Amino acid sequence: MKRIISCTVQNRGGVLNRITGMFSKRHFNIESITVGESEAEGLAKMTFVVNVEDENKLEQLTKQLHKQIDVVKVSDITEKSIVARELALVKVAAGSQVRAEIQGIIAPFRGTVVDVSKETMTIQVTGKTDKVDAFITLLKPYGIKEIARTGVTALLRGQQVKPHLAEVSTFTI
Amino acid sequence: MAVKASQRSEVGKEFVTGADLLIEALVEAEVEKVFGYPGGAVLPIYDAMFRHDFPFEHILCRHEQGSIHAAEGYARVTGKPGVVLATSGPGATNLITGITDAMMDSLPLVIITGQVAQGVIGTDAFQEADVMGLTTPITKYNYQVHDARELPRIINEAFYIATTGRPGPVLIDIPKNISAEMTFANTDNTINLPGYQPTVEPNVMQLQKLVHLLEEAERPILLAGAGVLLADGADLLLQFAERHELPVVNTLLGLGSFPGEHELFLGMGGMHGTYTANMAIYEADLLINIGARFDDRLTGKVANFAPGAKVVHIDIDPAEIGKIIRTEVPIVADAKKALQALLEMDVKKPQISEWLTKLMASKVNNPYWYNRNDETISPQWLIEQMHEASDGKAIITTDVGQHQMWAAQFYLFNNPHNWVTSGGLGTMGFGLPAAIGAQLGRPDDLVISIVGDGGFQMTIQELAVISERKLPIKIFIINNEALGMVRQWQEEFHGERYSSSLFTQNPDFLKLAEGYGIKSVLVHKEKDVPAVLEEVFDYDGPVLVDFRIDWKEKVMPMVAPGKGINEMVGVKP
Ligand SMILES: Cc1cc2nc3c(=O)[nH]c(=O)nc-3n(C[C@H](O)[C@H](O)[C@H](O)COP(=O)(O)OP(=O)(O)OC[C@H]3O[C@@H](n4cnc5c(N)ncnc54)[C@H](O)[C@@H]3O)c2cc1C
Ligand SMILES: Cc1ncc(C[n+]2csc(CCOP(=O)(O)OP(=O)(O)O)c2C)c(N)n1
Ligand SMILES: [Mg+2]
Repeated sequence: MKRIISCTVQNRGGVLNRITGMFSKRHFNIESITVGESEAEGLAKMTFVVNVEDENKLEQLTKQLHKQIDVVKVSDITEKSIVARELALVKVAAGSQVRAEIQGIIAPFRGTVVDVSKETMTIQVTGKTDKVDAFITLLKPYGIKEIARTGVTALLRGQQVKPHLAEVSTFTI
Repeated sequence: MAVKASQRSEVGKEFVTGADLLIEALVEAEVEKVFGYPGGAVLPIYDAMFRHDFPFEHILCRHEQGSIHAAEGYARVTGKPGVVLATSGPGATNLITGITDAMMDSLPLVIITGQVAQGVIGTDAFQEADVMGLTTPITKYNYQVHDARELPRIINEAFYIATTGRPGPVLIDIPKNISAEMTFANTDNTINLPGYQPTVEPNVMQLQKLVHLLEEAERPILLAGAGVLLADGADLLLQFAERHELPVVNTLLGLGSFPGEHELFLGMGGMHGTYTANMAIYEADLLINIGARFDDRLTGKVANFAPGAKVVHIDIDPAEIGKIIRTEVPIVADAKKALQALLEMDVKKPQISEWLTKLMASKVNNPYWYNRNDETISPQWLIEQMHEASDGKAIITTDVGQHQMWAAQFYLFNNPHNWVTSGGLGTMGFGLPAAIGAQLGRPDDLVISIVGDGGFQMTIQELAVISERKLPIKIFIINNEALGMVRQWQEEFHGERYSSSLFTQNPDFLKLAEGYGIKSVLVHKEKDVPAVLEEVFDYDGPVLVDFRIDWKEKVMPMVAPGKGINEMVGVKP
């Protein structure tokens, strides 16, 4: 099962290495990691999307994260009310004949064209993982040259109502 | 000689080197012994020690692995952190085995390594090794110092992390320019570890659940591991077990947390444990684990481990609870605090006389057994003789192999903190240097180092330290001219194909000892053993005894790999 784990860490040297090292040592599967500064000085926020076998493995994973000296807080936010987003840059083959067509695909996804050359277009799209996936699927027939995705980053919503499962709709829970 | 406080406080007003700050911080941490080995990257530190008139004792072992195992032995018998100092590159990499060993067995160490100067880090400079990268997975925490003024805080944090919660090794990598260059003195050592707050006090509700289960239990059992010793809680365990008449099983590393000759003691559990201990775990309806991490050598096949029991697990490390064995009542706490709280609670004594009667009968009917013959010394009998001659009060260090298991089975510890062995990593070469640390930490106690002829040769160079310091360690080689434990597995599981496990030539251990200026004795026959032991224990100095045993001897009984603890073989002769 896929889970989104949010982690506040002390921003000391090597912290990312410590955590990815722990994941690999203990054979935990990470699908994506995002890291960045948080609102508090000296603290960074990490968001992991992990794939674990069962509840037991998940419990071990969060406990092992907690055990890291640099980790200040760990939350499994999969079933919380959250906003989860990722950003993708997609470079697609786009000769002049298909440009208009591609623009038609970009519009409903609220993508932005960030670079254009004679043969290609690069489009930036943000959203939930399944939205990004769908966007990429639609562009495939035109010939995708390159993709760069950030992986998911997430925050709890200001108000915790009932689980906002839509945020993780592609996840099998 | 300790640096006087007046001298120390002056440092705050001056320019000093980073090495001075380090020495000050070690003095502040009340370090008494440092196990080290010099080299280029730590020369400024060695110089500062000299200039400070050695405010702590420095023990020059003959190999960095020796230093770190000595520090482990010291930590194990004193409860204080062991301190290690090594140079960059090969000095640091020679520590890797010991660091991993300490991590596995939760021993508090503070390890200081030199590093090449900051300006050349990352350039494959002379004796550069990525010590942070190498040691991140095998330390509780590690630091590279970026600014000398951080040193007081880092050292303070390192000791705090190493010794609190679940103990473990902490490494500090210090680039040479930082220890060498002058800096503003700084004494601010305020700890800043927002992510590190070990839980020490037990949750009362959880304890009540334990009590409830205990009152209802018909076949309860206490499993006591190294956590009881690390918490210094052996006396409370004894009170708790006696008050409710609860049978006790130890792990290998838990030995000594309960008196070995106590009637409620069922012995060690696991692969080479007693039949009674293993069957008690197998049949129990309540298993209270205090400070054991359910290692696979203990559990055997997990499905057969306490299959009918409700499991309560008291451990200071939440990640150990539920990791291997499903647990009904998790209690995150220091073992001593938990036992204290339990002793203050009202508990209706469980009615378990039938269970106890059964276990006591099993103890009588299924003791450890061994062969005797007129030709050679029986190793098990030999350990019994050692026990008798030392009143069960010696500090025993061992290496890894058959002799280690025989020591665990037959030296019944009457006191805690006297058992020094490498459990989790099973590190050959551990026994001799560990004895050095143990003897230095507890100079008034008898220290016996029981080693195999194989493992002894892995750190044999430390005889020099024993000799030069006249440490009165009794080194007992259980000499089977073989890598006995490997040979035993080849006999049992590989069709008696003794591939590379029989020594065709051992050195003359007596001459070796002589070369180091250590008295030595060869013993072939059982009839000579009592007199030799008496003489050796009376002698105020180091002695090496080469005890010749039959290479065919095996450690029994045994839970074969992959089998359940209810499937022991070799229970009877
Ligand atoms: C050749 C060989 C054979 C072996 N055979 C056996 C065998 O037959 N039986 C056996 O049991 N072992 C055997 N071992 C050892 C085995 O590998 C493990 O090292 C051992 O079982 C671990 O014991 P432990 O869990 O008590 O100690 P540790 O591994 O040291 O674990 C200690 C536990 O206590 C916790 N703790 C630490 N401090 C505290 C505190 N203050 N309060 C509460 N909890 C705390 C820790 O978090 C940890 O969970 C063998 C090893 C070798 C090399
Ligand atoms: C460093 C290391 N290498 C290899 C092993 C594997 N091993 C475990 S026991 C053993 C044999 C030890 O022989 P010896 O020291 O003579 O002790 P004995 O079993 O004969 O008592 C070996 C090779 C180990 N535990 N540690
Ligand atoms: Mg041997």
